[in-house]
Amino acid sequence: MADIPESWKVPPPKAWKLSTPEELVKDVDHRPLSLLGLEKGWMRTAPDVEIKPGMHCHAALPKRLETVDMPNPRQWSAMDEDWKLPRNWKEIILEGFKDRLGRFRSFQLFMDICVRCGACADKCHYFIGSADPKNMPVLRAELLRSIYRKYFTTAGKLLGPIAGARELTLDVLREWWYYLYQCTECRRCSVFCPYGIDTAEITMMGRELTNLLGLNIDWIAAPVAFCYRTGNHMGIQPHAYKDMIEFFLDEIENVTGVRMSPTFNRKGAEILFITPSGDVFGDPGTYTCMGYLMLFHELGLDVTWSTYASEGGNFGFFTSNEMMKRLNAKMYAEAKRLGVKWILGGECGHMWRVINQYMGTMNLDIAEGSKLEEPVSPITGTKFENTKSTKMVHITEFTADLIRHNKLKLDPSRNDHLKVTFHDSCNTSRGMGLFEEPRYIIKNVCNHFYDMPAGTIREQTFCCGGGSGLNAGEDMELRMRGGLPRANAVKYVHEKYGVNKLACICAIDRAVLPNLMEYFVPEVDVTGLHEMVANAMILEGEKEKTVDLRGEPLPGREESE
Amino acid sequence: MSLKNLLLQKRSRIVKKWCDVVLRTYPEQSQSFLKKKDPFGNPLGHTIAEGIESIYDELLQGAESDNIPLFFDNIMRVRAVQDFSPSQAVGFVFGLKKVIRKELGSEILKEGISEEWAAFENRIDGLALLCFDIYTACRQKIFDIRVNEVKKQSHRLLKMAGLAYELPGDYEHPGYEGDLKEGQVNKSE
Ligand code: SF4
Ligand code: SF4
Repeated sequence: MADIPESWKVPPPKAWKLSTPEELVKDVDHRPLSLLGLEKGWMRTAPDVEIKPGMHCHAALPKRLETVDMPNPRQWSAMDEDWKLPRNWKEIILEGFKDRLGRFRSFQLFMDICVRCGACADKCHYFIGSADPKNMPVLRAELLRSIYRKYFTTAGKLLGPIAGARELTLDVLREWWYYLYQCTECRRCSVFCPYGIDTAEITMMGRELTNLLGLNIDWIAAPVAFCYRTGNHMGIQPHAYKDMIEFFLDEIENVTGVRMSPTFNRKGAEILFITPSGDVFGDPGTYTCMGYLMLFHELGLDVTWSTYASEGGNFGFFTSNEMMKRLNAKMYAEAKRLGVKWILGGECGHMWRVINQYMGTMNLDIAEGSKLEEPVSPITGTKFENTKSTKMVHITEFTADLIRHNKLKLDPSRNDHLKVTFHDSCNTSRGMGLFEEPRYIIKNVCNHFYDMPAGTIREQTFCCGGGSGLNAGEDMELRMRGGLPRANAVKYVHEKYGVNKLACICAIDRAVLPNLMEYFVPEVDVTGLHEMVANAMILEGEKEKTVDLRGEPLPGREESE
Repeated sequence: MSLKNLLLQKRSRIVKKWCDVVLRTYPEQSQSFLKKKDPFGNPLGHTIAEGIESIYDELLQGAESDNIPLFFDNIMRVRAVQDFSPSQAVGFVFGLKKVIRKELGSEILKEGISEEWAAFENRIDGLALLCFDIYTACRQKIFDIRVNEVKKQSHRLLKMAGLAYELPGDYEHPGYEGDLKEGQVNKSE
C-alpha cells in the first residue's frame, strides 16, 4: 500500500506522527498502575488524564448556578487550560471535604475501610465498555481517598505516596472532574463489595465538592434551575403542561374512540399523581403518559395532576444533598395544598431513589398538618404498607395489584407482535428492590417475554449508560461505552428469541436506550410499561381498535380496505 | 504444503496472537479482565475473541464471506467509541500479517509459496479497508444519533406549538446500514 504523503495530513490537535502498522498495534495506552498503589501509576495525572471530547458534558452556564445561588458561577470549559477557579480553590475543597467527613458517617467509613480487594474492579459498565482502569470503581474512589489520606490521616501526611496519599493539585482536580462525571451513581459496584462500600456515594460527595467551585455540568445544572423556577426540568409553564396532556387526549381518542377528562391542581382529590416531565414531553415516554391517562380513566380514579409538582425527577440529587431536598420539597407541599390522601408516582428511576431512600425522612416536616396517610388502593383495598413512611406508591406496585385482583380487562394478544425483554433500572432495582411487579405486569399484558441473562438483570442490572445527569448529547461516546454491557445483553435475547421491544420503567432510560439500541441493536425499540398496559387494556366503550398508541397497526386487526 | 494448510495447522497460535494484538491496544491493567471468558460480564473481550477467531476461519475458507463484515462490525462498533484515533482503531488488522510472518515466515520460504502469501497479504489489506469503512460508518452513526436526538425529543413540543415538521429523509440514511451488512470484502488488487 502506498504511504500517504506527509503534507496531506490534517493535523490533529496533538502532535501528529506517521505510524507504521507495526507501531499501531503496539500498546496504545499504557498507564502502569497497581491496585496496591505503591507504584506511582494511578497517582499520575497529566499528561495521562487528557480530557477528551465525547467523554464529558458541557460546563454549567453561569445563569443556571445563579438561579439557585450556587457558588462560583462563570463561563468556563473543561477543554480550556484555565478553568477560572477561585484563587483559594484548594482551601474550599479541603474545607468542604472536612465538613462532609464530619456530616456523613458513611463518607468517613468509605474513606477508611476499603481493603482494595478488587471485587468491584470489573463491575462498572464504564470500565467494562472502555477497559480504562481509571473507571474501576475502586480507582474512582481512590481519586478522593488519596486526597483524604494526604490531608486527613497521619500515615498519609507522613509517608505521602507510600501510604497512597497525594497532593491536591490542579491536575488532580481535573482528573476528579473527568472521572466523577463518568460515574452514573448506579451502585452496581456496591453489590459486589464485601464491605458494602457504595462508590456512588463517594461520587456524590466528589460532585458536591466540585460544585463548591462551580464545576457542574449544564445537563444537570439546567434542569435544576428550570425545576426550581417552573417545577419541571424542561422549564415548561403550567398552561403548556396542561395543553400537552390535552393534546394526548386527542391522540387517545383517535385510537380508542374514548375521551378522557383528567383534572389539574384539583383540591380534595384522593390521589396526587406525579411523573417525570420526560413522560409528558419526550417520545417515547409520551405513550407511557397516555397509558397513565387511560388507566386512571378506566378505573375512575379520584386522581389529580399538578402543574406545579410537574416533575418527578430530581437532578438536585446529582448536585448536592441540599439541592435534592430543596427540589423534592414540592411533592409534599403540593400534596398538602391539594389535601390529597396519598401520592402515586409514575415510571422513573432516580426519582424513586430519592423518594424511597430519602424523602420520608428528608422532607416529612413539610407534610406535617397535611391529609396524607398510609396509601390504600381505592380499587382493591390493598394497603401499601411499604410506603407507610413516604405515602407515595410506585405505579407498577399499584398496577400489579390491580391485575392481581382482576380489576383490569386485558387482552394481551394486542401485544402479540411484541417480543419483550425488561431492563431493570439501576435505581428501582438497587434502590428499592422492585423486581417482580414490572415482570408480573409485562407477563399479563403480552404473551412473549424473555428475560436477559442472569448477571445483567435485577440487582446486578447494567446501567443504560446515561444516568445521573450524563444523558447529554455531547458525551455520546461515553454513553455508548457505558451502555455496551446492557446493549450486549439485549442483543443476545434479540438474536436468541427475536426480542424486538425493550421495556423499562424509567424516564431517563426512555431517553437514553433508544439511542443505545439504534447504535448497537437497531432492531429493538424501547417502550415504557404503561404504554404496553394501555395497548392491552379493553376500555369501556372503545371502538374497534386497529392501531396502537403509536399509530402502528395491531396484529390481525389491520383496517380492512 | 499449501499456505492454507500451514495456516490451518497453526490456527490456534495465530488466532491467539492476533487476538493479543487487539487486546494490547488496551491498557495493561485491564489485560487480565479482557481475557476473562464471560460473554455478558466482559462483552468487549468476548466480542474481540469471538470476532478474531471467526474472521480468521472465514478468511481461510477463501470465499468472500458475508460474515466477515458482521464480525468486524461487532468489534468496530465498540472501538469506534473508545479512546482510539482512526488508525489505532483499525491498525490491528495489519497485525495479522506480522503474526503470520513470525509464525510461518521460514515455512513460507521453504515451501516456496511466497506468491500465495503475497495474495493472502493482499486480502488482509482488503480487510483493513473494509474495517475502515465500518469504522467510518459507526462514527457517522454517532453523529446522526446526536443530531436526531435533539430533533426527536423536541418533535412533540413543536407539533403542539403548530411548528410540526418531519425529519428530512437524508437524516435517516435509509439503507445506510444495509450497505454495510451486505457489504463485501473490499478487493485491493
Ligand atoms: S470491593 Fe469494596 S473493599 Fe474491595 S476494592 Fe472495591 S470498594 Fe474496596
Ligand atoms: S456507581 Fe456505577 S458508574 Fe459509579 S463506579 Fe460504581 S458501577 Fe461505576
